[in-house]
Amino acid sequence: MQPSAKHQEYWRKNLVITAILLAIWFVVTFVEGWYARELNSMSFLGFPLGFYMSAQGSLAIYVAIIGVYAIYMKKLDKEYGVDEGDLE
Amino acid sequence: MSQAQTHSAFNSQLKKYYTFYTGGFIAFLIFLAIAEQMGMSRAMIGYVFLAATIGLYAGIGIMSRTAEVSEYYVAGRRVPAFFNGMATGADWMSAASFIGMAGTLYLSGFDGLAFVMGWTGGYCLVAFLLAPYLRKFGQFTIPDFLGERYGGNIIRSIGVIAAITCSFVYVVAQIYGVGLITSRFTGLEFGVGVYVGLAGILVCSMLGGMKAVTWTQVAQYIILIIAYLTPVVWLGIKHTGIPVPQVAYGPVLQKVGELEKKITADPKEIEVRNIFKDRAATANAGLKDPAKGFADGKAKLEKAVADAKAVDPVDAAKVAAAEKALAGYFKDEAAAKAQWNKDKGLAARAAPPRPHADPYPGKDEDARFTAKLNFLGIVFCMMFGTAALPHILMRYYTTPSVQQARVSVFWSLFFIFLLYFTAPCLAVLAKFDVYSNLVGSSFASLPVWAAAWAKVDPSLLNITDINKDGIVQLAEIVIGGDLIVLATPEIAGLPYVVSGLVAAGGLAAALSTADGLLLTIANALSHDLYYKMIDPQATTKTRVTISKALLVVVAGVAAYVTSLKPGDILFLVGAAFSLAASAFFPPLVLGVFWKRANKWGAIVGMLAGLSVCMYYMLRTYPFFTNMGVPKMDLWFGLNPISAGVFGLPVGLLTIFIVSLLTTPPDAKVQALVEHVRYPNLVGDTHVSQAT
Repeated sequence: MQPSAKHQEYWRKNLVITAILLAIWFVVTFVEGWYARELNSMSFLGFPLGFYMSAQGSLAIYVAIIGVYAIYMKKLDKEYGVDEGDLE
Repeated sequence: MSQAQTHSAFNSQLKKYYTFYTGGFIAFLIFLAIAEQMGMSRAMIGYVFLAATIGLYAGIGIMSRTAEVSEYYVAGRRVPAFFNGMATGADWMSAASFIGMAGTLYLSGFDGLAFVMGWTGGYCLVAFLLAPYLRKFGQFTIPDFLGERYGGNIIRSIGVIAAITCSFVYVVAQIYGVGLITSRFTGLEFGVGVYVGLAGILVCSMLGGMKAVTWTQVAQYIILIIAYLTPVVWLGIKHTGIPVPQVAYGPVLQKVGELEKKITADPKEIEVRNIFKDRAATANAGLKDPAKGFADGKAKLEKAVADAKAVDPVDAAKVAAAEKALAGYFKDEAAAKAQWNKDKGLAARAAPPRPHADPYPGKDEDARFTAKLNFLGIVFCMMFGTAALPHILMRYYTTPSVQQARVSVFWSLFFIFLLYFTAPCLAVLAKFDVYSNLVGSSFASLPVWAAAWAKVDPSLLNITDINKDGIVQLAEIVIGGDLIVLATPEIAGLPYVVSGLVAAGGLAAALSTADGLLLTIANALSHDLYYKMIDPQATTKTRVTISKALLVVVAGVAAYVTSLKPGDILFLVGAAFSLAASAFFPPLVLGVFWKRANKWGAIVGMLAGLSVCMYYMLRTYPFFTNMGVPKMDLWFGLNPISAGVFGLPVGLLTIFIVSLLTTPPDAKVQALVEHVRYPNLVGDTHVSQAT
């Protein structure tokens, strides 16, 4: 079947949020890792920032963005009538 | 009752059970602690822990026994997000994470964080790109998805082979961990330990498949997280005064930095390091020309004896010492060569301590750049490997809905995060203890834990007075990574019962991962190979029976391979990730996000990704090159463990190009892709074959 315009819009919005969150993931992983030496000259809670990000900060951000995705998609599902109703 | 009510009633019942269980477990610990005070022996505590926990897992397995196909393969698809998160956490965290991770961080400082980041960040890819869509697809295995999305048995077979390869490599490492822990804490032999642990694994997964494994893994997660956090929190209070050391260990890290500087400049430390440097130099010189090296060394000692005798008046003590040195010289050239081969490695101990928080150390800009590339390469492979390992992806088939699958990834990572963000902190706290208490203490009165471990297992802790000054220098200590987690309760001054708890936690981590992996292998064989390809008419009863039988066979083979003690476990685990990333990630993700991806693209792409990955490992990893595979230079200086950096892009690109060159997939496949993209699609034309 050909998905309706509404369905296509839902999928587009899904792709947008996925892209945004993956961009955050990329920055706190690879950009942070690339500049870890430079970041270490800054200090956070008494830690060198680059070290703290790789050891704890980035990890917490991963948990957070997955949470954001789950909440956002639940709302999006309802809005576009593709939610599973009872099963949630 | 509506389905929602059933689910919520089930959920609250589970919460009640597991709260009760956690309380019971804590009561059990308190009871054992009291028994220890009253004189229960250490070996006895070890046995009680082993028997109680394995018995518990077996009990859950017996209670959850089933012969239903959907119960057996996907736990009836009614595991609530929260509990599936815990089960995934236990499934994910292996013996290597539990026992090895903090030690790796202790030994390699910042560079070890590549694994911490890789093994958590990969869940972002699982959450955004795979879990919800696989759940909507809703069948039993990962090759199922490949088979249906791309069509045909070729792609399914490649999937089966790839799934079995990575899972098998990984399960061997787990069973190894099981044997190690049981033998260490009960005194049983390694081989016996392997089979005792294996019995625990089998009762559980054989009787109840995914259903039993899921509920056991939840129980195992609770034990392993209590076991990991208890000693660290205690140690944290001791050093920082705050029970959340994960955010408060900054000042401790600074102190470690100061101690590193002090140790680097300390004259006694330099003296020890120079002794190692000299020994390594002698060894290298000797190895170049063994005959000459042996003769020169001997001549030097003979001359020393002659010199001592030539002085007037003769100092008897000096002569005796020189003669003793001569008598202790290698008895022949072969003995000298053997010793030199060992000694040439001492060059590593001649280096001052690496600054813990310093990323990418190296002698020049080039070396630092290569270190950085390797760090990011490992992060890359671990992340994409996480998002492609079948035993993890399979877990998201078990939730009741797509939304629950999304939430479940959140809980999975949250529960994994609890352990992984504690490990770097534990490494620093332990380092502080070693640098400030062990270093500088006298050999006559070592800290109690150090004396005990050095006696139990020299491969974990070895302290030798190299410069004979009676004081411990850092350069005189050799620490095996596993020591950090195993010895933390004693470093923190906790009773032995906590050490038993840590062992039980390590065992839970190894058993739960082994369970999930064995199930993946047996399911790939029974479901994908037997049912889907050999006998599609098989009754559900036959399918489950075959799966159970295969489980025993696979477990037996894995235990046999383990008992051969194959080499470098860390490389094997890394290889499993690189292989999974190269083989599975491209066809799975493109299968959802790119409708145009077709059968031939996926087949050629998977093979290309796998081949590039294997080719790179074969040509660069010493194990293979020593067997006669022609060696080649590293690409961009990347180590063989990061072979997925090349395999994955090649796989993606190949699927892309070959798909565009061949005919687009038919309407049925298009409908399937639409089907998985929407949690609930009105007017869905895809016909699901799930039973």
